[in-house]
Amino acid sequence: MGLATFKGGIHTYEGKELSENKPVQVLQPKGEMVFPLSQHIGAPAKPLVAAGDQVLVGQKIGEAGGFISACVISSVSGTVKTIEPRMVANGSMVTSIIVENDGKYQEIKGFGKERDPKALSKEEIRDIVKEAGIVGLGGAGFPTHVKLTPKDETKIDTIIVNGAECEPYLTSDYRMMLEEPEGIVKGLNIILQLFDNAKGVIGIEDNKPEAIRLMTELVKDEPRITVCPLKTKYPQGGERSLIYAVTGRKINSSMLPADAGCIVDNVDTVISIYNAVAKTTPLIRRIVTVTGDAIANPQNYNVRTGTNYAELLEASGGFKTEPEKVISGGPMMGQALFNMNIPVTKTSSALTCMSKDEVAINAPTACIRCGRCVNVCPSHVIPQMMMQAAVRSDIDTFVKLDGMECCECGCCAYACPAKLPLTQAFKEMRKTVIASRKKA
Amino acid sequence: MSKLLNVSSSPHVRDQVTSQNLMLDVAIAMIPATAYGVYQFGVKAALVLLVSILSCVLSEYVFETLMGKPVTVSDGSALVTGMILGLNMPPAIPLWMPFLGGVFAVIVVKQLYGGLGQNFMNPALAARCFLLISFAGPMTTFTYNDAVVSPTPLAAFKAGQSVDVAAMFIGRIPGTIGEVSVIALLVGAAYLIARKVISIRIPAAYLITFSLFVFIFGQHDLMYVLTHLCGGGIIFGAFFMATDYVTRPVTPKGQIYFGILLGVLTGLFRLFGGSAEGVSYAIIISNILVPLIEKISLPKAFGKEGK
Repeated sequence: MGLATFKGGIHTYEGKELSENKPVQVLQPKGEMVFPLSQHIGAPAKPLVAAGDQVLVGQKIGEAGGFISACVISSVSGTVKTIEPRMVANGSMVTSIIVENDGKYQEIKGFGKERDPKALSKEEIRDIVKEAGIVGLGGAGFPTHVKLTPKDETKIDTIIVNGAECEPYLTSDYRMMLEEPEGIVKGLNIILQLFDNAKGVIGIEDNKPEAIRLMTELVKDEPRITVCPLKTKYPQGGERSLIYAVTGRKINSSMLPADAGCIVDNVDTVISIYNAVAKTTPLIRRIVTVTGDAIANPQNYNVRTGTNYAELLEASGGFKTEPEKVISGGPMMGQALFNMNIPVTKTSSALTCMSKDEVAINAPTACIRCGRCVNVCPSHVIPQMMMQAAVRSDIDTFVKLDGMECCECGCCAYACPAKLPLTQAFKEMRKTVIASRKKA
Repeated sequence: MSKLLNVSSSPHVRDQVTSQNLMLDVAIAMIPATAYGVYQFGVKAALVLLVSILSCVLSEYVFETLMGKPVTVSDGSALVTGMILGLNMPPAIPLWMPFLGGVFAVIVVKQLYGGLGQNFMNPALAARCFLLISFAGPMTTFTYNDAVVSPTPLAAFKAGQSVDVAAMFIGRIPGTIGEVSVIALLVGAAYLIARKVISIRIPAAYLITFSLFVFIFGQHDLMYVLTHLCGGGIIFGAFFMATDYVTRPVTPKGQIYFGILLGVLTGLFRLFGGSAEGVSYAIIISNILVPLIEKISLPKAFGKEGK
């Protein structure tokens, strides 16, 4: 049998050796701070401050704009300069609160106060998580308090901590598992406090043996927590692949992990929960890997949210070769940037700088129906046929082929010998279908 | 930064495998059978292969140039078609026939339907069948040990004569240039499977179904089955022609159905048909059914099984 995994997926060049042995460095921001009001899935937050207001570290400056939404917290102290649209990593303009950092880092009252999670009720914990602005830090940015509030909490039997970090080049979760393993275990115990029938499982890909060893050692006296080594394969850390690998249960695109009795949270998210609940520290920082073959000194940084990407680049010594492509996130699911003047948000996992753009080098040719896309698809659909439908903008056929089950992981486009932009076409089609469903 | 950055949709990395690599791997896998064919049948076999390959490659080049389309000769698919066509020819065939076959394969079967990836029949096999129907005599005249006209062991076997299975396995028999040596073909097939160029699904389903068919409807004798497996073009067909990407189902389950269909058709043609052979016809008939096979073999998406 071997290690827990799923059917499909790819083995890419991992690129983790560039930064995996670099301890996390704290990076203090220099310039203005930009806090987009939409750093998560769901409704944008509503600003609680206005131009000219003084803000403190840990102060809530944006209120969740609905149930599926998240608060925004200031990571610095200073003055609100303005509220205006700013460009974020995906290229869209998002209304953002711009704060002039006074460099004093004055904290809001009660910030950093230790408290005993055991003394808190379930409702109090959920409320703290919500007020701390915590969202899924793995990249999707789904509000964590919503995840922690399923319809029927008694049906949740597995809390999975996602330490797979299957995305190439990224090492932030790995560094956290090495540097703050206690925070992960304590954070997981806080989540377990919410779900009486659940056990905790920390899933880690076997290309991180040191993290597996350390975490296993740490949970040996924890009756409700185990470590589950996973086969190293992309997208092992995808929610559906991970739930299947750990529990053998399958969910499709119209189901939530809770439908399979699971809640999945990224390593860094779990640490954020611990910090918010036990240390009264809301989400104001995250770990960002600055990496790629074009970077002078690849590095892992502990960064205040709102910091400009250009400052990370500068701290890493800039480019050693001219990059052709700069990606916010990793090469499989990250977003290409055309400009470095972008703020670090809650979901910024990495800044990956490539001296060569493999997409531009490989011009598409005719599909030879080789079936490689079929072999690698973790959703078990037929990308080859979906592509034919997408090329014709044939929505009905695309949906019939279960195109909506595509998780946009990129395996098909990676594996395609004809270098066809399959994933891109599917993203377009899925957007069109979702838009037409909303209209109906 | 002086240059502008590239921006495109994720993923931003690509596997190193290209269509050209895959075609070259198929060509490499046919080298043992090609080498054996040339070793056994001599210069004339080499000439037949050369003419087939040149005919296919030139047809593609000339057609695409005349039509003002980008010339795709370098993708290697015309080379592979030419090799398969040549390996399917009797060594003593007049050279204009493989030339005509190459033109038919590339222009009529492949390019007129839209070029690479668009043809619904294996071009080389369709050309072989075209030549078989048009020029039955030269296409079924096999020589061995220079100029001795003799039936293939499979034909002799069908006529009730005894044959030497060991010679068939090695390839010391009359037949088409590439089909005679089972061992050389299996070496190439192992290469394709090891390199993950082809999956075992189609050849396995094909050969197992065929074996069961001839065991049940032929003679209940393992030696009989083995003779059928080593005779004619079934090994060549199962690993190199039935697995042609463009003309086999892309769905995993469909590939199994496709293999089963091939096994049944080949068994039917060989046992109950007029000719001793049946592989080429079985493959092109199954090729035509591929869209239907794909339709009934769509997989269930992850998490939607049983729904």
